[in-house]
Amino acid sequence: MLYFPRWKIFLIVAICVLGTILTLPNFFSRETLSALPSWYAHNRVNLGLDLRGGSHLLLEVDMGAVIRDRVEGLVDSARTQLRNDNVGYTAINPGDRGITVQLRDPAQADTAVRALRQLANTIGGGPLGGGQPDLEVTSGGGSVTARLSEVALRERATQAIEQSIEIVRRRIDETGVNEPTIARQGADRILVQLPGVEDPDRVKRLLGTTAKMTFRLVDMNADPTAGRAPPGTDILPSAEGGRAQTAYVIRKKVEVDGANLTNATAGSNPQTGEWVVNFEFDSIGARRFADVTRANVGRPFAIVLDNKVISAPVIREPITGGRGQISGNFTAADANDLAVLLRAGALPAPLKVIEERTVGPDLGADSIRAGLMSVGIGFVLVCAYMIAAYGLFGAFACFALLVNTILTLAALSLLQATLTLPGIAGILLSLGLAVDANILINERIREETKKGRGVFGSVEAGFSRAYSTIVDANLTTAIKMAILFVLGTGAIKGFAVTITFGILISLFTATVLVRLIMVSWLRKTRPAALPV
Amino acid sequence: MFRLRLVPDNTNIQFMRGRHAGLIVSAFLSIASVVLFFYPGLNYGIDFRGGIVIEARTPQAADFASLRHTLNQLNMGQVQLQEFGSPQDVLIRLERQPGDDAAQQVAADKVRATLAQDIPGTTVRRVEAVGASVSGELFFNGMLALGLALLAMLVYIWFRFEWQFGFGAIVTLLLDVTKVVGFYAITGMQFNLTAIAAILTIMGYSTNDKVVVYDRMRENLRIYKKMPLRELIDRSINETLNRTLGTSMSTLLSILPLAFFGGEALQDFGIVLIFGIFLATSSSIFIAAPILLFLGENRLRRNAPAESAAPAANPTP
Repeated sequence: MLYFPRWKIFLIVAICVLGTILTLPNFFSRETLSALPSWYAHNRVNLGLDLRGGSHLLLEVDMGAVIRDRVEGLVDSARTQLRNDNVGYTAINPGDRGITVQLRDPAQADTAVRALRQLANTIGGGPLGGGQPDLEVTSGGGSVTARLSEVALRERATQAIEQSIEIVRRRIDETGVNEPTIARQGADRILVQLPGVEDPDRVKRLLGTTAKMTFRLVDMNADPTAGRAPPGTDILPSAEGGRAQTAYVIRKKVEVDGANLTNATAGSNPQTGEWVVNFEFDSIGARRFADVTRANVGRPFAIVLDNKVISAPVIREPITGGRGQISGNFTAADANDLAVLLRAGALPAPLKVIEERTVGPDLGADSIRAGLMSVGIGFVLVCAYMIAAYGLFGAFACFALLVNTILTLAALSLLQATLTLPGIAGILLSLGLAVDANILINERIREETKKGRGVFGSVEAGFSRAYSTIVDANLTTAIKMAILFVLGTGAIKGFAVTITFGILISLFTATVLVRLIMVSWLRKTRPAALPV
Repeated sequence: MFRLRLVPDNTNIQFMRGRHAGLIVSAFLSIASVVLFFYPGLNYGIDFRGGIVIEARTPQAADFASLRHTLNQLNMGQVQLQEFGSPQDVLIRLERQPGDDAAQQVAADKVRATLAQDIPGTTVRRVEAVGASVSGELFFNGMLALGLALLAMLVYIWFRFEWQFGFGAIVTLLLDVTKVVGFYAITGMQFNLTAIAAILTIMGYSTNDKVVVYDRMRENLRIYKKMPLRELIDRSINETLNRTLGTSMSTLLSILPLAFFGGEALQDFGIVLIFGIFLATSSSIFIAAPILLFLGENRLRRNAPAESAAPAANPTP
């Protein structure tokens, strides 16, 4: 037991040295790091948002809106389809998940069912076909109902969230945030982490805008101040900011969709000097834009963003080049943000921020300082106690503790785990717990010595007898931390990670490393009595 | 050579004499804690209740009266103001705003705007806004974590020891956890995600302590085949007393800096852990051991060979 083969000694020392080398980049200055090869320089502990400052946002996709959209579309297309098939109806009522058509003549139910079935989209299935319709059409009692199936709802949700993530990523990339994390969470949520963002308001504004842009005609005959919009129109508020009218009556029919935009940039109008957004259409958009402007010269054409009228300029001449300009009393930042939104595309549904945790960078720096100071003081206190209680053997334990801390940092760096404020508390706590193993061993050695065993025998018995206790005691804590890691969020996860590493590594440092040190010391000095 | 010994060698305290007192006091405290949990209840933080916390640093010492007045005019329910570290640092707490999750955001933005307008030069150092659905889930997950941890401990100890040990450890853990909850209720400290982490840590520490003492009892059961269980338990506790107190001491020393220098964020965590260390250490001796004595009085002793039940537990040297 007390004999260490040469290769084992080599391995133990190699692990310690390697750990130290891996930890070093954490302590180098920026200049030193830039001189090092990048694979080595990047081997640093990943600081959590609570330590480096930044913003954690949890967004939820409004699935209700996604389904409402589809149901509204269904009402429109049902109207057209039923008219084409000569099916008479008295009403089409939108519901939660579908529509109900009241038939004028119940005998036409079968025709109506067939007509509505044609509205279904196929979902699932591969390139070879297959799949199934997303509508369940049933009839009875003089009415026909078309409902979105469960599978269709799920499919819609998945599509909406995937599309949202893509758009969120594009929008955030435009803001120039470094290393953002954008990840799906659960069925309808997106987690966005933005390190170093001090003012998350701009990002939140960017993400809180659906950016559904449409070009629609203004109904000039109706009065926007009247309470009710005429059929086929909406009364929409103006976003122009006081210089024009406060609301417009806008036709529901979308002439050109924002999805047909290919590019948008902010610029300034050379004549007036005001900020504008220039945009370009794809070929379909350009053709439709040309058609509409040709047919409607002299009438106002509204640019509607998220149900607000950005501007409603009068068409002076047909615009055929597929390019246009939006002016709307913008500041430079407004124009830029609008350009970003248009370039990135529209979200399929509104996003809501349901959780925000933002930490300013100076608070993060304060936390690091407080954390490091606590770890330093804690380390000194624990070492002082160990040396007071166990003398030289206590000093061995302190050395192991130092190696333990270094190796924990090395593991965190290597695995790119995130160090959080509770994580620092975890390091501190594992200092206290790690020496537990050495206390167990040293107490055992004392007991064996008192029983009259020799020097070597006591040490050997001390280690072997304490070993299963140590494993039992530490495994229970490791199990708890694993649970905390799986169920915890953000900062708490960091706590679980550091404790787990600290404890697992202490199994190596407190037993293997300390044993190697003790045995080397015993062989060298051959003491008559043990200093415990 | 000077050696710091927390208890003298060859200590022989008859702990099991106080077994009834220990159990009764513990049961009383735990029941009181459960009562406190329901009334007046815990001071749930925004993690579990939803709401808004904003930490701001004002250029001069903050004028709490005027700040309170301004914020109350926003009509956002009860506004709590608290000095946070220095007179310039203000912690603003708002109840969960009525409406959906997004309503928290609107309210938080309002407060930020008000601060910027009212006290120019104020920096917002931290903002946390949690909606109702998120806080509900966080609470559920927190409780699930505690439940699973208890279960995992039960299974682990059951496998490694005889069932009496497993039962004793779990009952002790339950008593420990309820007392920690009671501690939160009495001190009014925020009960949030960090509190769950603290409770799990105390559970881990407590189990660790129990395992060491139990381990020695099991070992002694094999060595002293004729010794009465009560004497044997006392002996085991005494033998491990230096280790038990030593580990408590080392952990305590490592946690103390958190309570003093950890900054506002970690201070509560440190304080709860200090309480937990005292709790876990005393419960190893006064709760876990007596339960084992009651359960094992006949069973563990009469058909003593424990070796067959746990062959791998203690490798012979």
